[in-house]
This record gives sequence, C-alpha cells and structure tokens, in this order.
Amino acid sequence: MAIKNYILICGGTACESSRADDIYKNLIAECASQGVSDDVQIVKTGCFGFCEQGPIVKILPEDSFYVQVKPEDAKELVSEHIVKGREVTRLLYDKNKSKKHAKVEDIQFYQKQFRIVLRNCGFINPENIDEYIAREGYAALEKALFNMTPDDVIGELKTAGIRGRGGAGFPTWMKWNFTKQVENDTKYVVCNADEGDPGAYMDRSTLEGDPHSILEAMTIAGYTCGARQGYIYIRAEYPLAIKRLEIAMQQARDYGLLGEDILGSGFSFDIEIRLGAGAFVCGEETALLASIEGERGMPRPRPPFPAVKGLWGQPTVINNVETWANIPMIILKGGDWFSKIGTEDSKGTKVFALTGKIRNSGLVEVPMGTTLREIIFDIGGGIANDKEFKAVQTGGPSGGVITKADLDTPIDYGSLMGLGSMMGSGGMIVMDEDDCIVDVTKFYLGFSVDESCGKCSPCRIGGRSLYNILDKITKGEGEMEDLEQMKSIGQAMKKASLCGLGQTAPNPILSTIHYFEDEYLAHIKDKRCPAGKCKELISFNILADKCIGCTACARKCPVGAITGERRQLHRIDPELCIKCGVCLETCKFGAIYVR
Amino acid sequence: MSVKNDTIEFPDELLAFIRVWKEKPGNLIMVLHKVQEEYGYIPREAADRVSELLEVPLAKIYGVITFYHFFKLTKPGKYNMQVCLGTACYLKGGDTLLEELENLLGIKTNEVTDDGLYSIEAVRCVGCCGLAPVLVVGEEVFGKVTKDQLPGIISKFKK
Repeated sequence: MAIKNYILICGGTACESSRADDIYKNLIAECASQGVSDDVQIVKTGCFGFCEQGPIVKILPEDSFYVQVKPEDAKELVSEHIVKGREVTRLLYDKNKSKKHAKVEDIQFYQKQFRIVLRNCGFINPENIDEYIAREGYAALEKALFNMTPDDVIGELKTAGIRGRGGAGFPTWMKWNFTKQVENDTKYVVCNADEGDPGAYMDRSTLEGDPHSILEAMTIAGYTCGARQGYIYIRAEYPLAIKRLEIAMQQARDYGLLGEDILGSGFSFDIEIRLGAGAFVCGEETALLASIEGERGMPRPRPPFPAVKGLWGQPTVINNVETWANIPMIILKGGDWFSKIGTEDSKGTKVFALTGKIRNSGLVEVPMGTTLREIIFDIGGGIANDKEFKAVQTGGPSGGVITKADLDTPIDYGSLMGLGSMMGSGGMIVMDEDDCIVDVTKFYLGFSVDESCGKCSPCRIGGRSLYNILDKITKGEGEMEDLEQMKSIGQAMKKASLCGLGQTAPNPILSTIHYFEDEYLAHIKDKRCPAGKCKELISFNILADKCIGCTACARKCPVGAITGERRQLHRIDPELCIKCGVCLETCKFGAIYVR
Repeated sequence: MSVKNDTIEFPDELLAFIRVWKEKPGNLIMVLHKVQEEYGYIPREAADRVSELLEVPLAKIYGVITFYHFFKLTKPGKYNMQVCLGTACYLKGGDTLLEELENLLGIKTNEVTDDGLYSIEAVRCVGCCGLAPVLVVGEEVFGKVTKDQLPGIISKFKK
C-alpha cells in the first residue's frame, strides 16, 4: 500500500530529553490502533535545529510543523491529521495563521538559512543507511573513486575554497595536499569531534543527525591522501552520537562502502572510534593526536604539522566534523557551486549554535556573509523578555564580544578577526542588559584556566594571574593599574604560549576591555556592578512607593533579613542579607530593586 | 560488584575487552573508559590491575586519569547530579542551580551525601544549550530547570 504521510520526529539529544522517544512510540501505537499503520511512515530523524520549540514533529506532505509536542498528543495527531486530514492547530508553530502559512519555509527561524552541513538533519533516519543513500549519499565517494584522481579531488577543494570549520580557518585543500605529497606507506585520516567550546553543539547534532556524511567524507580523504585507516575522536559525553556512528559504520561495512575493497575499486579504508575524556585542550590538533595515542592530551610544538608528522609520527589529515560534512557536497556538486556561496574571504556556509538570551535558540546554518543582525534578530527573533541587547560572544573562550555598533558586519573569518573576535567553532552567545561583562569574562577565563594542560608557563601562570585580577575586580577590590596589567599579561600569553588555547585565552579580556571599558571602570572606581550580577557590589533595597507590606518577601527570606509589619513598608538589613535574590523573585509589585 | 581491599577481579566481559584492545596502539584511555563504566570510578585496585594487564606503569595510568576531567578517582553518589556550567547555562542561572542543589543536599560540589545516594558535579556544556539551564542525572536530561523544580527532581531519585 502506498504511504500517504511521513511523520518526522526529532531525535536529537535536546528533543530526546524532552521525551521525543515516548512520542515516537505513542505515534506507532496510535497508528496501529487507529488502523493506519500502512499509510504512514514514522521516522526518527536528527536535529531540526529549532531546539527552543522542541520536541518537534513534522508531518509530510502537508509540511505541518508541530512544536512542543507531548507524548499524549500522539493520539490527536493521528486521529485528526492522519485519519481526518485536519491539522491540529493548537500544536502548530504559528497557531494564528491559516493552514497554508504553517509551512516550514514560512517560519522566520528557517528563512535566510541555507543548509549544506545540516542538509539531512531532520530529514532522514540517521540509523538507516538507505535513507542517506536515497539523498545522494555515498554518490560523492563513488564519483571520487571511479571518476576522479586524487589530484582532481584536491583541485575541487581548492576551487571550492573551503576553510577549516574548527576555528582557525586553514584552507582544507592545503592540508590534504601536504599529506598527499608525503611519500609514506602509513597515513591517517582523523575526524576531530571533540567539541569542547561551551555553548556550541553543531558537531554533536551533525553526528547524531547525519553520521554517514562524516564516514563518506573521511573515506574520500583516505582515497585522496593515500590513507587506509581513519579515527573519529569524539567526546565521551556524547553517547547518542557515538551510538549512531557505530551503527552507521557497521551498515557501511555491510554495504561494502567501508572496509576492504570499497565498491570493488581495490581501495580499502576503515574507521575506528576513539573516546575523549573531557579535556578542552584536546580540540587542539596535536593534543588530540596525543590523546588518541593514549597519552595525556598535551600539545606539541608545530612545525612539524600533523599533515606531515601526525598520529604515531605518520602524516595525518585532521579536520573537524563540520568541515567533513561539507566535503561530499563539494565533490558531488563541484567546487564552483560551493565557491559561489559566501564571501570573497570565506566560502560556503557556517553553522552557529545560537544560545543565551535569545528568543529562538537553536542551530542555524547561514551563508558566510550573513550579518549578525540577521542571525540574531531575524532568525533568532531578538532578545528574550524584551530586554536590551548588550553583546554577542563568538569564538567561545578563544573569542570576544561584538556590540550593537557592529551588528551589520557580514560574518566571515576576516571580519570577525577584525572586530577582535573570531569564528571559532560557531558558538554564538547572546547577552542582554542583565549580564555583567566582567563576570562573563571571568567565566571564560575560569574555563581556560581549568582546561590549561600546564605544559607551557605563559598559559599556566598567565591565565591564573588574569583570573585572579578579574576575581578581584568583581569583588570590588580592583585598582586602575589592573587594566594595563591584564593587557600586558594578555599580550605576552598571545605571543609566548605553545598552542591555540593559551594564545587565545586572553581574547575575552582584551576584547571586553576594548568595548566595555566603562563597565570595568564602574567596578573598579565606583565599586558598582551596572548589571547587578556581582554579589559583592550590589545591595537589595525596597522601594517605598511600591511596597504594600504584603510580607511575602519577609516570609521567603532564608536568613530573616527582611523586617516590617503587615501593610507597612518593609526593610532589608544589609548586614544580614546574603543577596540570594529570593525577595526579588517573590515580590509581585516590583518593589525590590538591585543597586 | 564489590571492591575488595587489595586485589580486584575484573568481570569476564571487561577482561575480554582488555584482551582485544591490548593489541591496539593507544589503548589506555579506551580501557579506562570501560573500567569506569563498570565501577562508576577508577578504584586504586582497578588501576593496579590495568597496569598488570596492559603492562603499563601505574604512574603513567595515574598521569592519564588525573589529566582528564572525565575520569574519577572517588566513587560518585548513586545519582550524580550534573549541573551544566557551559556558557549558555551559566548565563541562564546554572550557577544558582548549583548553589541551591548544594543547599538542598547539604553537600558541596564533588561531594557525596552520607547515604551514598547523591553527589553533585559541575560539568562543562552537555550540548543541550537550547534547553539551558540543564541538569543531567544519569541518562536523564532536565532542561529549562528552575530552582523550584529541584526538590521534585531530587525526590524522583530517592530509591
């Protein structure tokens, strides 16, 4: 019998944690009990990207986009949509619009997006190789093996102009070419899936939603560079991605797309998974290789670069997940096609994890050259709770902030560097007026200090000194000399640290001092935290004209710092107050304010 | 699986795993993962045993364990409450969740309650930034958590 409807359910980690699996099971059970199992195909896909509204269920061919679905909604979705052909309006993303406007392409979150990396996420069942093949999967591998020489492949990457998506932006074709040119019997291909930037999860979603694209790309690299063995180095914290990769590898072997004599071409290549163990520095390629070798993940001086002398001293091509995910499409559609997308400096698209104080948080893939304003205000829907936009942070602990004045900058590697930030792996964290810039900077430094491997002293000692100064400033003990001191330590770290972690760790400080000097001065000179975040610098007070004396705050205060008779003005004793903020949350009359 | 004072017998499955991996280069981290999966942490006796089986010096094993955040040297609670302190979660109040959890359970981060039931851990980004702030207990992920929900979540894991 012909399938009438396809029901797609997001099976990404975020939606799974909101019981997407129960929705999936309930839908299967409901279709069976309502006698429509043969008319419907139910598929658990990878991430749709619109995590804010999860769990998401999409029904084709109507393209109805249901959001925040609960397991108990399955019955109604089947009885109404599938059996009677009527959309369940209350679950649609845009409930106010008529049926024809509820389509996915009309949702503002998806407008302006252009999907290459995430092309299959939210479309196919990542645990079924046939669905990947049906969407031109492994066609690029076949094309490379039978119709292209290794030089053709590298030429195509060169024409495409793709640069590494892991942060530094090194041209991919050059890396491959270095390894290819080395005469050596043993070479390796490595996928860097050690996504450690706090606030970025595009690699996780790609692996969970489209694992075959990574396997296919790595195999193409093996053919091009002359490697027979690949490794995927992935965070142990990503169990679902690991499971889906394992399934995908087995299916690819069963189909003759991985292993000995791939597709009868005579070329053999296999892949093994190696687990990370929670060290951010292992995202640095030489540290990562040390970790695959079973050692402490400490970086090595470069040169020699891994492309020439990498894993176990052998030439190694190493790229990150997002870079790999682009490769099959470049081979299939051609470098020319790819190079037409993006800007002069940066070709193709970039996936960003849009999070923080944003209305629509989620994964966003846009052509390079899209402006920050388009991403934050058009796709992201602006700031949550009608607060004021303050800054957006890109590049994580290695990057910096970008303020309102620069929101119209088209995003590419060069322009972000020019603003004192960097592309990084694609975390994009939006801050509003309630976020203290000094506190957030301290957060990033704390992270870098925690994650410093300790091998070189500029990073080990410099990072700690910077953190201590910031800590002092947030406690109201800062002095004017501190700003200059931080700049000078920061510059020294940039110059003298061994690897990218230490060289970029001062960036959050240098960038925020540049753009938000006022806020540092408020902390240092006026002993005041304008955002009301640094506990030592704030006090909670009650507004006389707003307090009605309801006693709610006094009853909730955990330390009894609030006194006052019923219907009388209340008062907070600053000596007793521990600044927990419970009173602020409790008061319904807006009578509590932070100074 | 009980842990005896001096020696430890690995279950057959773990031994088989180590036998397979012993032949592969760079096996130490993979083996340690498997050991931690079995015991919830890496007991001293287990490290000794790994040292024997893989013929790797114990000092090197401890060098690796202590380098990586993921490996634990002490036994966590039956329910390890992991509060995400990635950037998105931090901005949305992950630190106040951590504080509240410490108050409710009466222990500090990285400590275990006397009954061995709960422990608290601060983790860096679990990759669910869209759900910030996030709390992870075992396999279960709780998203957009508020302080008020914490007592309910704790009591969910009382057994």
